[in-house]
Amino acid sequence: MIGILDYGVGNLFSVKKAFDYLGEPSVVIQSASEFDALDRLLIPGVGAFGDAMELLHDRDLVTAIRAFAASNRPLLGICLGMQLLFDASSEHGDHAGLGLLPGRVERIPGPYKIPQVGWNQLQPARRHALTLSLEGEDYAYFVHSYYVRVADDSILLATAEYGVDVPAIVAQNNIVGMQFHPEKSSNTGLKLLKQFAVFPDQSGVARDEKTITTSARGGVERVHFARD
Amino acid sequence: MITKRIIPCFDVRNGRVVKFQSFFANERDAGDPVILAKRYDEQGADELVMLDISATHEGRRTMLDIVSETAAQVFIPFTVGGGIGSVAEVRDVLRAGADKVSLNSAAVKNPALISESAKRFGSQCVVIALDAKRRTEQSWDVLVSGGRINTGKSAVAWAKEAEARGAGELLVTSFDEDGQRDGYDLALTRAIADAVSIPVIASGGAGCAEHFYDVFTAGGADAALAASIFHFAETSVTEVKKNLRERGVSIR
Repeated sequence: MIGILDYGVGNLFSVKKAFDYLGEPSVVIQSASEFDALDRLLIPGVGAFGDAMELLHDRDLVTAIRAFAASNRPLLGICLGMQLLFDASSEHGDHAGLGLLPGRVERIPGPYKIPQVGWNQLQPARRHALTLSLEGEDYAYFVHSYYVRVADDSILLATAEYGVDVPAIVAQNNIVGMQFHPEKSSNTGLKLLKQFAVFPDQSGVARDEKTITTSARGGVERVHFARD
Repeated sequence: MITKRIIPCFDVRNGRVVKFQSFFANERDAGDPVILAKRYDEQGADELVMLDISATHEGRRTMLDIVSETAAQVFIPFTVGGGIGSVAEVRDVLRAGADKVSLNSAAVKNPALISESAKRFGSQCVVIALDAKRRTEQSWDVLVSGGRINTGKSAVAWAKEAEARGAGELLVTSFDEDGQRDGYDLALTRAIADAVSIPVIASGGAGCAEHFYDVFTAGGADAALAASIFHFAETSVTEVKKNLRERGVSIR
């Protein structure tokens, strides 16, 4: 069961709908007492870093998330949820993060418009069980003004060029982050979510494709239509 | 590299798509907004805009069901607009599953609606729709109530104010070009794109693939919205994107 953490920010509905569509059981949870029943945890989020950390603290979720991470079960942060996984952020002041991944969150330096809004191309950085579904020309939907300066390049699975190389997908052991919104990135995003749902299964894509194409939930249509 | 977005737009009245018959394979599907949204996703649309033109309370409730059903089946960003006038209505539409709301007349009447919505739900989901009518060669007035009332407000000044109040994007429609299929108002789009730093979605006037190229280059738009050019199936999102790609525009 995938737990989608509702801590008072962001649209959980879309992520939940995406897992429903993929036929992956998921549940929206609000408290740490529900973590035990999960085999995966997803932290969504939009808004400001400091506010989000405060909400996590208020709900006694910070220690619980760290314990979940230490239990080696897969943990995925999306958008702000990914940024929270890192050490700290300079968004409106200086705020400590969850400290599960090495790096700092800073404002995108330009020269482009801030926020970055729209579809950007994912540049694979290294092969990984999570990104086997990427085909080389994949785009994802981003909305953000801050990006992560990772302290260790080996956690980068994919980046996106926006004046700087924005870390788009990061992973270290069971901790995963996606800066874009996979639940809003059409087939590319759905496949990545599917992959997270089976992660760390190394058989990856073959099984993923099969699961999606044999799904009775309309996955066939989505995966097999030709884009051009 | 970030890509330019192509955004089909369609009107929904009492839960049915208006004027889109040519798009549906059979009568059973005719007018179903969710099916239309899926088709656009398949064609490579980067985003969708649905405008609710229902005049009744019942029609507006039906729209929330449509939004919810679309969110369950279409996994690209979509914006819902049309008659949204309060923070409570913004909340209802977002809760139903829309990613963004577009605010038009109500925001002009009550600009605090922009800041309140942005504070509560985040700027990323607040799109300000601005209908502009040319006054002189380089100035435009803001219209409200579907173009019926000219507020006399400067479009460029209003765009800046909307940005300052927390709008995440601007949807700029040229009242003069809308429906003409003669191309977007490039001067208007450029004037607003130069005045703000948030993304500008150009709207009104698309008649062929060339017009999208012009608005992305000369107009400086980040995204282009179109309705009739797609809904009469004269061209498709796929064809427009192919054309743009061949001409070197960064496209998904």
